[in-house]
Amino acid sequence: MQQRETGQGQAPAANQAPAADQGGSAAIEIAHLVKVYKTTRAVDDISFRIARGSITGLLGGNGAGKTTTIAMIMGLVLPTSGSVSVLGAKIPEQRYDVLGRMNFESPYVDMPMRLTVRQNLTIFGRLYAVKHLRERIDQLAADLDLKEFLDRSNGKLSAGQKTRVALAKALINEPDLLLLDEPTASLDPDTADWVRQHLETYRKTHNATILLASHNMLEVERLCDRVIIMKRGKIEDDDSPEGIMARYNRDTLEEVFLDVARGRTREGAPEGAS
Amino acid sequence: MSEIVSHHPRAISLQRINAMVLRYWYLLISSWPRLLELIYWPALQIITWGFLQNYISQASGFFAKAGGTLIGAVILWDILFRGQLGFSISFLEEMWARNLGNLMMSPLKPIEFLLSLMIMSLIRLAIGVIPMTLLALFFFGFNFYAIGLPLIAFFCNLIFTSWSVGVFASGLVLRNGLGAESIVWTLMFAVMPLACIYYPVEVLPAWLQLVAWTLPPTYVFEGMRSLLIDHVFRADLMVWALVINAILFAASFAVFLALLQSAKRNGSLLGGGE
Repeated sequence: MQQRETGQGQAPAANQAPAADQGGSAAIEIAHLVKVYKTTRAVDDISFRIARGSITGLLGGNGAGKTTTIAMIMGLVLPTSGSVSVLGAKIPEQRYDVLGRMNFESPYVDMPMRLTVRQNLTIFGRLYAVKHLRERIDQLAADLDLKEFLDRSNGKLSAGQKTRVALAKALINEPDLLLLDEPTASLDPDTADWVRQHLETYRKTHNATILLASHNMLEVERLCDRVIIMKRGKIEDDDSPEGIMARYNRDTLEEVFLDVARGRTREGAPEGAS
Repeated sequence: MSEIVSHHPRAISLQRINAMVLRYWYLLISSWPRLLELIYWPALQIITWGFLQNYISQASGFFAKAGGTLIGAVILWDILFRGQLGFSISFLEEMWARNLGNLMMSPLKPIEFLLSLMIMSLIRLAIGVIPMTLLALFFFGFNFYAIGLPLIAFFCNLIFTSWSVGVFASGLVLRNGLGAESIVWTLMFAVMPLACIYYPVEVLPAWLQLVAWTLPPTYVFEGMRSLLIDHVFRADLMVWALVINAILFAASFAVFLALLQSAKRNGSLLGGGE
């Protein structure tokens, strides 16, 4: 079993929440989770708890098991064995008890292209039973700078605009738990930075929990209190970004990522790694 | 500040059903080819078959006596076929738009999703079939509505069958992705020869008649001929059709749920491709 509760490396930055709660109720609790597709073990006996109000990054190369793990947390993929609990509800058995308090964004799904941004947000707002929906859409339009294309169809938006709309959909119900799969993929650096700023603000103002899968190491370094690195379905490391970088004696997570991806162990990392 | 309206998470929500109907309505009115497609094919059908009926009525004493059986059969077949297509195409729209993940991750329940597809099949049917019946009246003097109350029994039985087939076909696409899309377009044609749309059941070999009587549409088309030729409404046929429909509908819903579970085991909900 691989389970860590918090970073044992450097202390989190002052403006960051603790990496995981110490025995309090967790936003996400995963125990011995396994997913086997035919003969492939996509997720191989992983366990972790994620504290409420934290931002956790799920890192790993292609096929590491990040998307499958997130899909099992959402209840869209059934585990082969193990358990998932989200906001106190067992997944998938009790998922309808908490789906209204969660939301997600992923490059694997789109918003309907022919519908306008306002129509899309109206529909998802109704699905999530958002009260005062018109005001909420206006608020999101102001926060995410959607006003100028609110009545344009989704298919006519640029990639950056679409991402902001997808983020607006993910925030429409003011979720306690936000699951993000590559939230800034294919965005220019300016838009990506803008999205990251918004996520940070949202976490602070709503005490929301965010779990994000990403290949963008700078993004993870900047946003996350905690990093879980996956490789071939297993957890390879789990700590604060600072703790992981210290352990590998690296200055950036990107270097750590390359160490992990290329099979260089902590012991094999440059001198000074713990 | 917006808030989430508190509903019992296990209850069926009319608001969510309404949201989905609104989603398809927005789509329909945003696209004139979609609207045109609903009308033009039924119109072509009725004109072609109407002239054929006129021609053979002149040559055959039987068809002169049984005025409207061909046109009536064409309209009832279209209710069956278009009812299923109206259901399934709305479902396919989610696959084409890659929106299924968003919906499955929202509080929308499968039963609410299916109910919204049923409502949309009625709306799409009305757009296509009402002009068809008016063409039959003005071009060929066949007043479909003169069938009176039996028409309600015919309609209900046909629409229930179309929904059962639609639910089953949608489940197959959900499980197998868009590679199974052709099933949606062709499945109802498997029913066509056995439902005895244009000829009585006695035409079939004895062993095939047994199979034909397991299909609810067979009862409807026999009932229509009885009404138009002998001027007798066969309530017994309608009751049998309703009983078989109830079994068929329950079975198709159970199969849909099983295929949904299988899709979750297989991890195909987030993809939905080929």
